[in-house]
Amino acid sequence: MRFVDEFREPELITRTADEIRRLANPARHYRFMEVCGGHTHSIYRFGLKDLLPSNMDLVHGPGCPVCVLPMGRIDDGLSMAERPDVIFTAFGDMMRVPGTKGSPLEYKARGMDVRIVYSPSDALKLARANPDKHVMFFAIGFETTAPSTALTLMRARAQGIHNFSVFCNHVTIIPAIRAILDSPDMRIDAFIGPGHVSTVIGCRPYAWIASNEDKPIVVTGFEPLDILQSIVMLLRQLKGKEKRVENQYKRAVPWEGNRAALKAMAEVFELRPYFEWRGLGFISQSALRIRESYAEWDAERRFSVPGVRVTDPKAAQCGEVLKGVLKPAQCKLFGKECTPEHPVGALMVSSEGSCAAYYNFEHRKRVVQIRPAVQEVA
Amino acid sequence: MCLAIPGKIVDVLEEDRSLALVDVLGVRRKVDLGLLQDEPPETGDWVLIHVGFAMSKIGEADAREQLRMLADLGESDAAMEEVRGYGLEDG
Repeated sequence: MRFVDEFREPELITRTADEIRRLANPARHYRFMEVCGGHTHSIYRFGLKDLLPSNMDLVHGPGCPVCVLPMGRIDDGLSMAERPDVIFTAFGDMMRVPGTKGSPLEYKARGMDVRIVYSPSDALKLARANPDKHVMFFAIGFETTAPSTALTLMRARAQGIHNFSVFCNHVTIIPAIRAILDSPDMRIDAFIGPGHVSTVIGCRPYAWIASNEDKPIVVTGFEPLDILQSIVMLLRQLKGKEKRVENQYKRAVPWEGNRAALKAMAEVFELRPYFEWRGLGFISQSALRIRESYAEWDAERRFSVPGVRVTDPKAAQCGEVLKGVLKPAQCKLFGKECTPEHPVGALMVSSEGSCAAYYNFEHRKRVVQIRPAVQEVA
Repeated sequence: MCLAIPGKIVDVLEEDRSLALVDVLGVRRKVDLGLLQDEPPETGDWVLIHVGFAMSKIGEADAREQLRMLADLGESDAAMEEVRGYGLEDG
């Protein structure tokens, strides 16, 4: 249980939570999906569920790039790390994600040249500094991150750096939302739309969710108050007839998105016909690959990538959790074989994964009852 | 991954206008401005930074709010580790 006075604007939080209760119809059930893993993290961190009426569920969506990457792609990427001339680079989030033969970190422990970078441009810098090596950057992320990879590849070409390549695993958010809406076991009433993805793509690409699917979507910031306000906006829309896209996160998200970023993506990437998502299966036109004009910097073209498909460990129920069919703690491995210290599935690795978030902020709390019982939320 | 870190531009580099020196809570690193070329930010502007690239301009009050939120989220250390890591530097 979270206590209202721990929030920065306790009065505003209380008022917004009251408004949610006032707007919610007690006779029905609500299922809202927060698409972005950053929201999942905020929701658990601040215990926002405790402020919502009991007939309202927040379903965690597919917006954690590490979590939706199938193990086969990790194996494919790591196959390049095994080459003696290759420096394997990736963001820190990737380092503990298990592949069949271990995580990137374990490859490093076995003597392979595996390095964390915090920016794709630093992977390029590493290539400049190591002309006798080949630097491969394992690129993951939604539209928030893809433009940075694109610009890095444009710089590699402009600067004539040829010992650099990208293993592209960038995915796009809209097809994932479509797959969720098409999935027969999913019933979602409305969407808490991603914040930082929308700084790039803007709000327009979500219009079909309102017009064709008749569901509200609100692009939302990451503060507790942002998320609660967004729920108020969703409830108001559900009460009215017309569904639309609204922007709660105007301080960072322009309606049109970031044109320069979209231009860089279009210059370097094209849509893959299909791509496999962990838990969601193959989704058509849901991921990016590097265009022919940048083939020289495409690790998949440059190296023979095995293209392995690996099914997740049988007992792990990452897929069901990812689709929101099961809650993290309902997975058989949760908190037993699978913990943030020893993750079996990717949802337990990334801090944006719903299992890790649930484990860190809910499970630990339940195990160790430490909070004093004062000023409990009504 | 979805971390966006607010920073203040202290200098747009003369030799390469696509790079700026940005200050995040006292740590200064070079950040790429290439994704904001339609509306290039200037010295004194605040930007949201993601994986070493400025993604959008934001107001100062919002930036300070965002910094506080990172602290509330327990993400300040991760954010500062990321910023310190830009340019492959340690300190």
